[in-house]
This record gives sequence, C-alpha cells and structure tokens, in this order.
Amino acid sequence: MLDWGWMADHLPVLADKTGQHLELTVIALVIGFLISFVVGVIAYRWPGAYPPAAIFAGVIFTIPSLAMFSALVPITGLSILTAEIPLVLYTLVILLRNIVAGLRSVPRDVVEAADGMGFGRSRRLVRVELPLAIPLIVAGLRVASVSTIGLVVISGTLGVSFGGLGFFIFEGIQRGFPTEIYFGAVPTIVLALAADRFFVLVESLATPWSRSRARGGAT
Amino acid sequence: MNPFSAAATWLGDAGSWQGPNGIPLRITEHLEISLASLVLAAIVALPAGLYIGHSRRGVGLAVGVANVGRAVPSIALMGILLPITQAVDPINGFFVYPTLLAMAILAVPPILVNAYAGVAEVDADVVEAARAMGLREGQILRAVEVPLALPVIIDGLRSAAVQVVATATLGAILGFGGLGRYIVDGIAQQDDGMLYGGVALVAILAVGSEALLVLVQRFVARRRGVEEPREPVGAPPEASAAPAS
Repeated sequence: MLDWGWMADHLPVLADKTGQHLELTVIALVIGFLISFVVGVIAYRWPGAYPPAAIFAGVIFTIPSLAMFSALVPITGLSILTAEIPLVLYTLVILLRNIVAGLRSVPRDVVEAADGMGFGRSRRLVRVELPLAIPLIVAGLRVASVSTIGLVVISGTLGVSFGGLGFFIFEGIQRGFPTEIYFGAVPTIVLALAADRFFVLVESLATPWSRSRARGGAT
Repeated sequence: MNPFSAAATWLGDAGSWQGPNGIPLRITEHLEISLASLVLAAIVALPAGLYIGHSRRGVGLAVGVANVGRAVPSIALMGILLPITQAVDPINGFFVYPTLLAMAILAVPPILVNAYAGVAEVDADVVEAARAMGLREGQILRAVEVPLALPVIIDGLRSAAVQVVATATLGAILGFGGLGRYIVDGIAQQDDGMLYGGVALVAILAVGSEALLVLVQRFVARRRGVEEPREPVGAPPEASAAPAS
C-alpha cells in the first residue's frame, strides 16, 4: 500500500517543505494581521470607513485562489511576492471582519465606565476595548491560519519552489503515487490542526479572566 | 492584453459557449457537483444536528467535528481521498469522487453546527410548554423546535453552499470539469482570455449563489412572519459571530 522506505528517504525533504509551508503561512498571517489591525481600529473609530474596506475584502474573497496566484505571475514574476500577496489578501477578509466585530462587541456600559474613569481614547482602546475583543480576534486568527495553510498548498500550482507540503500532493497526483500524496496531505492537515490548537492556547493565555467561567464552544 | 479585455473577448466568442468545453456545460457541471455534495452533506448533518440539539447528547462530538472539519484544507482532503476512490473506480475515482466527497465532508460542519445550535437555542420554556401540552418528543422537534430554528438552520446551509461552490473550482486540479477547468487550462495553455474569463464566471457564480440563498433566507423569514403573526417574535440569534468560511 504505502511505500514506507520512500517516506524514510524523503524525511529531509519533508522537513524542508514543512519549513517552507510554515514560513509562507507565518509571513502572511503577520502582515495580514498588522494591516487588518490598523484598518480595523480605524474602521471602529470612524464607522464610515468600514463599508468600503469590507466591500474590498468581500470582492477579494470571490476571486478563486487558483486564479489569483497565477494572475500575479506577469506582474511579480515567480518571486515570493507572487505567493504572499494572495495569501495576505485572503487573511484580510477574515481578520478585518473579526477585529471590527470584536471591538464592536464590547458592551456600551463598559466603554462608558472607562470614560467615566477618565480613560483617554487610546488608553481605553488598549486597556479595555482590545482585551475584551481578544476572543473574536483570536477566533479570526484561528480561521485565518487554517485557511492560509490550505492556500499555501494551492500556491504549489505556481511551481516546485512554492506550495510547501503541497509540492508532494501535486507531484504525487501527477505521478499517480499515493504514498507521496499522503506524505503531503497528512502533514498539511496536522499543521492546520496544530495551528488551530495553538490559537486556542493563545486565547486562554491572553484572557485569564475568562478561564474560570470557560465553557466549551464551537468557535 | 489586460485581464478585463481578454476576459471580455473570450466571453464574447461564440466558440466559448459551445461544445463539451462550452460555458453552459461547465456551469452545469459546477452546479451539479455542488448540489450533489450539499445534498449528501445535508442527509448526514441535518438529522444528526437536530438530534444533538434536541437531546443535548453528543454535543462534544458536534463541536469536535466542527473544529476538525474547519481545520482540514480541502485540497489536502481531496489528496487523501484520491487513492481510495481510485482503487474503487479508476475513472470517476479520479475525476469526480475525490472532489465530490471532499466537498460533502467539508459541508458537514456548518450544517451540523447550525442545526444543533438553532435547536439548542430554542427557548426552554417553549419546549416545556409543548411537552406539558402532551406533544411527544418527535412532535416537539418537528412542530416547535425546527420551525423556530429554521433561520439558523438555513444560515448553515447557506455557508455550506458558498463554501462548496468555491471548493468545486479546486476540483479542476484533479481533472474534474466545472468552471475551475478554464482556470487550470487557461494557465496551462497560457490562454489569458480563458483564464480571466473563468475567474469572472467563478466570481459571478459565487456571488450569485450567495445572493440567491440570502433571498431564500429572507423569503423563509417573511413567510414565517406572515403565517405566525402572534408568535412572540424572537428568531434565535445568529449561531455565532465568527465567520463561517
């Protein structure tokens, strides 16, 4: 069934491709989060700025990933930008929506209490609103990390120097070699599940006050 | 040639609309596989979700399925399924089943979670009242809980449908038809018109199917409002604030 010898021989390549997969994912998440954070805070303070940003992000989301990667080749060549620009754009859709929803979920009373205690706008944002928005922001990061890990695979359609673990999936399909498909697909799923768990852990560390009354939830 | 004029030229060419690679046929394929996988997913996920919501048994299972399901990349799942389906059927096992099954599996979590959450969120007093009136458990589910949970249930079907229509595009990597074919072939043949035309069609289909389902949702909501005017208006809140996709 599975060619274990082949797998053993290719462990160094697996490590290499996993590293690339993580690198592409982390870069996309960090840049995507920074952009979404700035835009999200602006959109929270000036609500008029939100609809254009949301529409832009929504339009991006309807463009199939398969097409977005290759559409950039004529412009950016086969550089890391060709992979990262779509990856970052797709994270924006998820992260921006959750950052704004998180900030807006802060109860009015709490915001007024902070005002009453003499908090300035910036201090209120950093000390009160952002901490209370953490659960929704982290929920966004969970979804974004998982979706990015999947999209990195699709970037493998650009060529063998991209795609991380997707390399094995595509080459395995091309060669009709199941072992190689699994060699890419199973670690990809493990990576996605690990990223999901990682952000659950981040959330529970970042919101110590919610742990005492924590209940299992789907999100 | 820029993407827009390339796409316009290709879409305007009568040849693009004819034959086995014609647009109408590809759209049909795309919608067929989407609908088939959605039905498959609903057959499994709806009864399971309703049962869990009503009995509160297996909640942990539902949450687990939802979390794992959301974390599995569709293309990886197709890769996993491919050797298995190909062993069963060398032809369709390559071209159709991996895409169909992967789409169906990934459509289960949103349908299951919303069916469960919708029913679980129905006011406990209302359920108690129904029980006190002598309704049996099955009747409570059918006549009380499902109607009240309907907007949330349909919302789950809507997010599943949107996700499925998008995933069908990826099926082209494995040789499935559908609109993804134009993108994969457009890249391979360096045919910008076909590539960008395909992108436009996929985007239109995604937006169109979402809009259609929002209309269905509104229609159901309104019909409920007309038929049951004296019902204490309290459509259950949306299942969660987190995005579905």
